[in-house]
Amino acid sequence: MSTVRIPPVLRGAALGEKQVEVEGATVGEVLAALVARYPALGTQLLTPDGELNRFVNVYVDGQDVRYLQERETPVAPTDTVIILPAMAGGG
Amino acid sequence: MPNSYADLLREAREQVREVSAAEAATAREADPRVVLLDVREETEWEAGHAAGAIHVSKSYLEQDIEGAVPERDRPIVIYCAGGIRSLFAGQILRSLGYTNVASMAGGFQSWKAQGLEWDMPRILSEAQKHRYSRHLLIPEVGVEGQGRLLDAKVLLVGAGGLGSPAALYLAAAGVGTIGIVDFDVVDVSNLQRQILHTTDRVGERKVESARKTINALNPEVNVVGHEEMLTEANVERIIAGYDVILDGTDTFETRYTVNDAAVAAGIPVVHASVFRFEGQLTVFKPFEGPCYRCLYPTPPPPELAPGCSVAGVLGIVPGIMGMLQANEVLKLILGLGDSLAGRLLLFDALDASFTELRLKRDPACPVCSDAAVAARAAGESPATASPADSGVFTLGGSYGAGTPGAGVRGADGAAGVIGAGVDGTGTGEAAGVDGAGVDGSVGGPVA
Repeated sequence: MSTVRIPPVLRGAALGEKQVEVEGATVGEVLAALVARYPALGTQLLTPDGELNRFVNVYVDGQDVRYLQERETPVAPTDTVIILPAMAGGG
Repeated sequence: MPNSYADLLREAREQVREVSAAEAATAREADPRVVLLDVREETEWEAGHAAGAIHVSKSYLEQDIEGAVPERDRPIVIYCAGGIRSLFAGQILRSLGYTNVASMAGGFQSWKAQGLEWDMPRILSEAQKHRYSRHLLIPEVGVEGQGRLLDAKVLLVGAGGLGSPAALYLAAAGVGTIGIVDFDVVDVSNLQRQILHTTDRVGERKVESARKTINALNPEVNVVGHEEMLTEANVERIIAGYDVILDGTDTFETRYTVNDAAVAAGIPVVHASVFRFEGQLTVFKPFEGPCYRCLYPTPPPPELAPGCSVAGVLGIVPGIMGMLQANEVLKLILGLGDSLAGRLLLFDALDASFTELRLKRDPACPVCSDAAVAARAAGESPATASPADSGVFTLGGSYGAGTPGAGVRGADGAAGVIGAGVDGTGTGEAAGVDGAGVDGSVGGPVA
């Protein structure tokens, strides 16, 4: 089980959860398991083609998966996957 | 028979070679080992000295020269105001074993008269020495660092939750010029976090309120108000001449506008954003690290990016993030430490935790990639440019096709109103809080 951190703006779609444990050996599998559990997340994270939206970054072990192997990036059970959409609030 | 002054001077001239100011400058340019040694008194040195010279007052020459120039064979050109004291100083150096000593004929007067480069050293007034004494005690800051702060020009985009604490600490630190872009007026709902403003200033223009608070703290700070909405049309003019930009706005439009112009102008942007209990912080240092478009090529649709006026924010979160921004600004000005360029710092107030993520430059970035820079140099409009006459800000035109809500995204959920002039720069409250950005996902449980 890998740990996924849900950004505050998406928590409403994840029943308020801040951090969840899901199965998956790659980023793609982890996201698929996440969306299976919280279907409302699907439209917010993924394009109609199932690709990650460009305004959402995913980090594994502190590194942007865009510069790793994108959806094929391996996720170890000890890894934390951080989902981070852009936010603009200036207070 | 005692020697007269004339005898001593004649003797010194026999022993110490004289060179002209021009010869000294040429010799120094040709050989960096050549030392220009100013032997005048402290007060004369402080009034201006030859560029790159070192200073050892003639009264302390015997005591201090070995510390300043340990190598006895190093070429030294000594100067004073008119060329007399330097001759006698030359005799002292010779007697100490320095083998390559010359005196500059005509001294500093001649140096200046010939138009050679000279510097005015930073002198702090007694009041400044007192005010900034805790900075001056830090060896890494000192008079030179404080001088840099006093000379620095920092632009705050937004005098809101992030800009407020940043402005206070930058002013306290002695940042000489603080520019503020904000066209909003103080609203009572701002006061929960925007600590530049006060209850009795509700309804006052934020730029004026900020000026009062900043100058009450430090009257020396030159506060420059830019009371206009930051747009693609004016951004270049507004940011020109600033050393660092602190981005504390509430909208994606303004953040992308600031980013694109700052990359083109080569000005670093210290970036932060906040949402409820959490904040993000990084430094966009043009071409040394990623820019905002490398990090987020396209903005989210409004429902996924509500501003503080829609989603709310714990007041201290922008307080903390704004102070961390000020810290990064001070580091950039002082040239100290490791900036957050290439690192994104996440703050979670509820966990009291910081998480650091690594960021990279996007080789295909439409703004800061080599190709984008070359295109700009060739006069082509960047791929991100929005149609200037459409009145609608279309972000990421070339790559944003198909993005939900493409076209206009107001951080306050003000979809479709950006072109109508709402809230390009302000920190939120004046904007169209029209509810377009709020749906179940935003209003749901937080933690």
